[in-house]
Order: sequence, then structure tokens, then C-alpha cells
Amino acid sequence: MHELALADSVVKAALRAADDAGISSIERIVVKVGELQQIEKDLFEFSLTNVIPTEEERLAGAIFDVSEERVRFECRSCGNEYGRNDVDIDDEDRAEAVHFIPELSHAYARCPLCGSPDFDITAGRGITLERIEGSGADEP
Amino acid sequence: MSRSSIDPRQAVVADRLAAVDRVIGVTGSKGGIGKSVVAATLALSLADRGVAVGLFDLDFTSPSDHVVLGVDRSFPEEVFGIEPHRVHGIDMMSVAFFAGDAPVPMRGDAATSALLELLAITRWGDLDVLILDMPPGLGDTNFDVIHLLPRLEFLLVGNGSRVVVESVRRALNLFKELKVQMVGLLENMHRGRSSAVADLAGEFDVPFLGSIPYEPDLEEALGDADRLRATQLYAAVRPEIIDPRPGPALRDSAHR
Repeated sequence: MHELALADSVVKAALRAADDAGISSIERIVVKVGELQQIEKDLFEFSLTNVIPTEEERLAGAIFDVSEERVRFECRSCGNEYGRNDVDIDDEDRAEAVHFIPELSHAYARCPLCGSPDFDITAGRGITLERIEGSGADEP
Repeated sequence: MSRSSIDPRQAVVADRLAAVDRVIGVTGSKGGIGKSVVAATLALSLADRGVAVGLFDLDFTSPSDHVVLGVDRSFPEEVFGIEPHRVHGIDMMSVAFFAGDAPVPMRGDAATSALLELLAITRWGDLDVLILDMPPGLGDTNFDVIHLLPRLEFLLVGNGSRVVVESVRRALNLFKELKVQMVGLLENMHRGRSSAVADLAGEFDVPFLGSIPYEPDLEEALGDADRLRATQLYAAVRPEIIDPRPGPALRDSAHR
């Protein structure tokens, strides 16, 4: 599962953020899973709990708060904004390619108004670490 | 206590390359000077000599290493991340394995994100050398690898055409300014008696890695590893050209 590698990145980024913020006990890790990458929320939550290093005390009481985010495309040619149902990435190979590398949507998605492949993915691309919550020695 | 939104992928790039000894970007300031053919054939030459080598095609909009080496495209295996394909002893990764023949028009930000994604999920494992086949020019991807991969060294490919020499000079000036580690300068498609590329290497005090002769029938060898091995190109990209390691830094020469 390549979700494990992404989950691993979330946990390591959370630990790095905790270091930066002086957090010694992480209570909550808030993660967004973008619709475009087609990663199942349940599977990703399972992956997250499986990549936590057992010796990592800072994460001992951590809860993962995973939510899904709708994908939004914005056409750079005509300005139109559109979503997942407006693009043709359902074919098995296309879906698989976009699952691994969401930017490969540029190979298949076209603006439903003007047909342009020149778009930005403005929301819901992939995995984002929204924030961490916790307490630390330097907390007031 | 909280933090604003973070892209988590950067946190694992160093981990994923922890067992890779050297990262060499084969780059060039212009298209059509043979970066991909040089990068892929160098990887083949290294693999044939028992060097553990990876080849990562970063020309996302026009990948071609799979064409040079004659690789069938198929999705990589998923494990903890994805496994590069093993081809002629080379561990290889390319967006062509995912996108097939479809054109992949991408602006710089999208290419940066695709690069980060592949760096975060690809399991390169133990490698002596990871070769990055850079897209042409001195744009986004060059900056991305410089920022993301602190151990990066560039192998700059040029040729003796006046159009190219001018652009190689620009690249050398930029890499000097950015203090990029250099393996050296390699001349491709050498014809006639021009020593312009070798002279540039001397002027910038970077190793000159040799001249690959122009081979009219090289095209016939593309896609066939055995025929590639019989080319003058293959003979020229012997493993010694990337040693001694690591390449001397341009910053050293700048301080002389």
C-alpha cells in the first residue's frame, strides 16, 4: 500500500511540527484527505495508526482527526471552477494514475466549459496536515 | 496549540533517500542535446559494472528514458510506497509508467508537486548512485532538486554548437552563483575540431568529462540495451567519469 508511505510522511511532519512548536505531547493530528487522490478515509486512518513508531512517547495519546475535502479545479484559460464529477478520470488506469500522482489529472481532465487542460487544483488534491494540537513544557 | 497547514511530503524526502550515496542530476540548459540518452546510457553503463544505480526521469511532460532503454510501461508495485521497475539492472521511475502515451501538460507548480509525491512514495533502497534525468532548461525542476536534495551534484551536458555553448555558459554561471556541486561538463554530439565545451570547463574550473562523438546511427540503438552497449556513447559514459567522488564544488573555484 502506498498509503503507508503517505501516512508515514504525516506522522513525521507532525513530529517535526511538534519540535518546532515545543509540543511534548501531541493530542490531536488534524489531516485532510483530498478527493482527487481517491484515498479511502478508513484505510488512511488505519495506515496512520500503523506507522506510529511504538517508542514515540509524544504520540502515545494522539488522536487522528481525518476529514475529506472536495476537489476543486480552476481553469487558467477561462476561469471556470469545476469539480470531480466534471472530469473524466474514472477509467481504471486513469484513476490508478491519479491515485499515485494527482497531478496526472492534467493528462485526463479538461475544463468542461472550454476544454482546456491548463488548470490549477485549488483544493482537495491529496494529503494535508492541517494542524497538530498538544501541550508542551514551554506551554504557558 | 496548533500549526497552520503543512505539506507532509517534505518530511520524508531525506528518509527515502537515506541509503542513496550520491544523487547526480544530468542536466542541460537546452532541449535536444541528449540529456536523456546520456542519463539512461550512463545508468546502463554503471549497472553493467555492478554499481547499484537508480534512474529517475524528471522530464514529466516528455519522459523518454523508457524509450532509450526499451522499457515496457506498467504500474509500479505497491509496497510501503511504490517500487521502481528493475530494468537491465537499473531501478527506474518515470511518470510514463503511470500515464502511458497521454500528454501530461503541467505548469511548474504541478511538476513540483508531482516530484514531491514521487520522492515521498518511491522506495529507492540501497543505491550507490541515483541519476536524475532533468527536464531541459534552468527552470522549476532545477530549483526543486537543488532545494529538496542537499547532496545533489549536477552533470552538465552540452555540445559545441554556438547556440548551445552560449547557453552552457549561462548554466555554469547560474550553478556557480547557486554553489551547486558539479560532477563536471560532458560534451555530447562532438563534431569537427571545436574545443569550445572543453574550454568552458577550463574557464569555470569544472572537470571536463570528455567528448561523446556524434553518431549518425545512434538512433538505431535506442530502445535496445545490447545495441546501446555497442555505441561510442556507451564507451564514453564509463563509470570513471563520475568519479572521483564527490565532484569538486564550484564554490571552491569561486573562492580562488
